[in-house]
Amino acid sequence: MISQSIQLLYPNFFSVSYYKVEMKDKVLIRPDFLALCHADQRYYQGKRSAEVLRLKLPMALIHEACGRVVFDPSGQFNQGQKVVMIPNDPPEIVKGYYENYLEGTGFLSSGRDGFMREIVELRPDRVVPYYDIPEKIAAITEFVSVAFHGVERLKKLLPNEPNHVAVYGDGNLSFTQCLVLRYSFPNIKISVIGKHNEKLRLFSFVDNKYFLDQVPKDLSFEHAFECVGGEGSFDAINSIIENIKPQGNVILMGVSEYKGAINTRDILEKGLIFVGSSRSGREDFIKAAEFLQQPRIQSAFELILRYAGDVSSIQDIHQVFKEDQSMPGKTVFKWGY
Amino acid sequence: MKQRRYYAAVLAGGSGKRMKISDLPKQFLMLEDKPIMIHTIEKCLLIEEFEVLLLGMNTQWMSYADDLLKEYLDPAQRERVILVKGGDSRSDTIEMILDHLEKHYTVDENSVLVTHDAVRPFVSLRILSENIEMSKMHEMVDTVIPAHDTVVISTDGKLIEDIPVRSHMFLGQTPQTFNIRAYRELYSSLSEEEVRSLTDACKVFILRNKPVAIVRGDEANLKITTVKDLKLARALLEGSDD
Repeated sequence: MISQSIQLLYPNFFSVSYYKVEMKDKVLIRPDFLALCHADQRYYQGKRSAEVLRLKLPMALIHEACGRVVFDPSGQFNQGQKVVMIPNDPPEIVKGYYENYLEGTGFLSSGRDGFMREIVELRPDRVVPYYDIPEKIAAITEFVSVAFHGVERLKKLLPNEPNHVAVYGDGNLSFTQCLVLRYSFPNIKISVIGKHNEKLRLFSFVDNKYFLDQVPKDLSFEHAFECVGGEGSFDAINSIIENIKPQGNVILMGVSEYKGAINTRDILEKGLIFVGSSRSGREDFIKAAEFLQQPRIQSAFELILRYAGDVSSIQDIHQVFKEDQSMPGKTVFKWGY
Repeated sequence: MKQRRYYAAVLAGGSGKRMKISDLPKQFLMLEDKPIMIHTIEKCLLIEEFEVLLLGMNTQWMSYADDLLKEYLDPAQRERVILVKGGDSRSDTIEMILDHLEKHYTVDENSVLVTHDAVRPFVSLRILSENIEMSKMHEMVDTVIPAHDTVVISTDGKLIEDIPVRSHMFLGQTPQTFNIRAYRELYSSLSEEEVRSLTDACKVFILRNKPVAIVRGDEANLKITTVKDLKLARALLEGSDD
């Protein structure tokens, strides 16, 4: 069978490529709703280095999507079944190791085609069914699974349930991380530290909100999540080092293209543990798909989702990427290509 | 509201004369590692709404086509394909497919047939789905693309009589999708001369001044009828990451 992939040929330029799809061992899925991530925008706007762009393009963007099974030779899924797709492609599953960090693990929309395709072919273990979640919310399951992975990394290091955790950043990732923390540890105190009043206002489910330049001197927490990314990461990390209790754990979640100076003296003195947390695995997807079934959680996500309508032509794709640059919220759209 | 029923018809009545490179009808020529017709059928079967897919086939190629279906299709997919003997013309083949449907399946006022050329393997799920969606509001649906070249009218092929406004000109593709009862009723009202003038299913509705809705096609949804088309189709698939 012939399918099509809408590839970014170079920044700001898409082209349709046609290719043969085997119908032997993979589950075939038609993407229904897609969500945009900063990583997609960095490719679209040419903000990655020339070397990276040369290496990875042409490529279909987007790694957050829900869809429907259109064919499954393994018989595990029914035609029409609603599923979310895992963009990780690990060469094998190694017990005791996270699949998303394994050497040789591929990632759809980083060097190989993402979900901006007519049909996506995946191994059955890369497909997770979902139930009772509106499609535009199911589209961000991958994004939510990343927050679950961050919590999983912290849990592995905890001797007992913490009292107070801080989350730095006030964007979509921070919002999601706080929601997942609240769900995972219903009784702990959560503080969010950000820069924008209008964004912080949405965090109705945390205990304290502070501006980064007005963090109280006596603020102290046991563990922290850095969800800032970019140039702002380093101010956030240094503020965490200053305010965290000794032997605390710091989970780094934000992506930065820059290298910055951090206060290693105090990291040593406090005996801090820094954990890099990136992407997620099947277990995190399953937790995220269960979490998103709750109407209260769905309602919370409605606050940060921006629905951009139907996308069924290259012109529509440009419009959605351009609007996303100037609009707040996480962009989700119906994929009709 | 009664349940809507959707049937697919893949029309493969061609006998191979236009291609002039082989006695093999064009729907059987290889594209990558499969006959063109198989690519088309595989794509159509991904549409969940189709209860069955009827393959209208030139009589002399029936057993050959049956062998290809067995060889190339997944067994579960093969079960949804019914091989039906086709007629001399496109409209005859559609008639025979409708006869088969009415004899063996439920056909009522909410039954819809999505017809597609076997030699258009690049059809997309969007085009197929939009045909189904549009058929909920219109009795006849056609798939078209805008004409990029200027269209001229000449009855004798020597002098141009008219040059219509290009933005009003579109080129017809398939699928063509219709309400089976409505089609049958209109078709039976046509004179013999009108039947002979039919080049596609939409014309049945146009001849009786019935509205035909449009779905946006795709230039890639090309019809492979000449050697040049086949070369173009193969070129489109070059660089395929198999």
